[in-house]
Amino acid sequence: MDVSPGEFVVFTGPSGCGKTTICRCLNGLIPNFYSGDFFGELVVDDLNVKEHTTAEMAAHVGLVFQNPENQLFSLSIERDVAFGPENMGLSREETRKRVDWALEVTGITALKDKPPYELSGGQQQRAAIAAVLAMQPKVIVLDEPTSFLDPRSALEILEVISNLNRQLGITIILVEHRLDIVSKHANRVIVMDDGRIVLDGDPRDVYGEQARLIGIGLPRVTTLFNLLRKEGLEFSQTPITVDEAARELRKMLSP
Amino acid sequence: MIQTEDLRFAYPSSLEVLRGIDLTINDGEFVAIMGENGAGKTTLVKTFNGLLMPTAGRVRVDGVDTRESSVAKLSKDVGLVFQNPDHQLFSETVREELAFSLRNFGYGEETIERRVTTILETLDLARYTESSPFVLSGGERKRVALAAVLVWNPKHIILDEPTIGQDYQQKDRLRNFIVQLNSQGKTVIIITHDVEFVAECRPRIVLLSKGLVLGDGPSDDLLSDEQLLKKASLTRPQIGELMHKLRDFGLPDTAINAYSAEHAILQVLGRKR
Repeated sequence: MDVSPGEFVVFTGPSGCGKTTICRCLNGLIPNFYSGDFFGELVVDDLNVKEHTTAEMAAHVGLVFQNPENQLFSLSIERDVAFGPENMGLSREETRKRVDWALEVTGITALKDKPPYELSGGQQQRAAIAAVLAMQPKVIVLDEPTSFLDPRSALEILEVISNLNRQLGITIILVEHRLDIVSKHANRVIVMDDGRIVLDGDPRDVYGEQARLIGIGLPRVTTLFNLLRKEGLEFSQTPITVDEAARELRKMLSP
Repeated sequence: MIQTEDLRFAYPSSLEVLRGIDLTINDGEFVAIMGENGAGKTTLVKTFNGLLMPTAGRVRVDGVDTRESSVAKLSKDVGLVFQNPDHQLFSETVREELAFSLRNFGYGEETIERRVTTILETLDLARYTESSPFVLSGGERKRVALAAVLVWNPKHIILDEPTIGQDYQQKDRLRNFIVQLNSQGKTVIIITHDVEFVAECRPRIVLLSKGLVLGDGPSDDLLSDEQLLKKASLTRPQIGELMHKLRDFGLPDTAINAYSAEHAILQVLGRKR
């Protein structure tokens, strides 16, 4: 597998297919922290994970987990976000600059003095992303970062992530089951099954019969179009977002 | 039947989390409790099995005020599956985890064995019977936690965020399973943020916001009510969003899943032809 700088890649696949395991490899938690058998090579941002500690990797690859509570530990959001840069040995001034910037990009500057437990789930997840962002990694890996959030907060977090990708050029690796909400941001979808990559490409090409058989939950609009096709309706393309679906249907429904 | 009357609850030294809830859930109903993070959803269901007692008002389960009962008695009728399975699981094997409560309720070993086997098969967990719950994946642990409650056959079943971490097929299985439980006459109450899952099951929705009931009714109506959704930090399901965009063509935004949308689209096209 090869991921180029600036890509937005969604990893998906049935439970137990190895998605979370890959995430843990990307910043060296595997093989450095978890025990097990590790074969092959993995190079991230020119660093071979076997030759660098997780602490070294952390400045290059940021990891955001499902539950932000597992990631925040300080008495203020600002302290949490400063933790990474401080541990990289950056100057006070540089740390200050990066913390302010990360809080600003994630939209939580106003909350910086609050303790994490006073924040909503969505705000906590923004803080967890800010904490990773402050280390200015080239790659951010997120393991189902919205599954604990209410739907509106989930969409907002995905916008934040998408902006990191589009405006700052950060490579995004996002693990997610719910392709409905992530497809419009991704330029590439990788489907895993039983520890292997089985499909890899543009979402439009990936969301076909094989993906359905593996048990991937295609976006609902894609499913709707598959149903309509079975009824004999013809469309020029298979939509993966609401906007695309609306465009296709408008063509068909217009007098 | 689960009934609340002006139910209020405050954790020590905090503001009221539940601020006067009147709700009746009949036997055999399927209800989804939805609402923003912190709306009071989990607090509400914890009053149903007596884990929390109202600070004012009352909760009655099958006619009995929870204050006059005990968690031990209530939990036999009201099975609560927690959001985080790690708050619930503690045994060395999956088999032991399931057998524990049955032993406490005084069942014989033969019955225990039979029930444990059946429920593990139904939830696709049979291959893990002798495994430690803690080596399983998050999604699998959630199913073990569910199995551990279902095994004692409670009359009312409450699932707190059952779809988190479950892949598409497991959600499908979970949906079928809920329908099956429901058709056996069990009350099923789920707490969820998963609008797509709800759009496919179409239960009655109780919408909570800031400790109050903001809306109560069929999924089709509530998940197409823009104002209500916004207040509760919810979104339309994807298909509902699509139908809403195409409302000028006579498509109803109350069609919230692929099957109802397909039906509506074919109808409109049929009229056109």
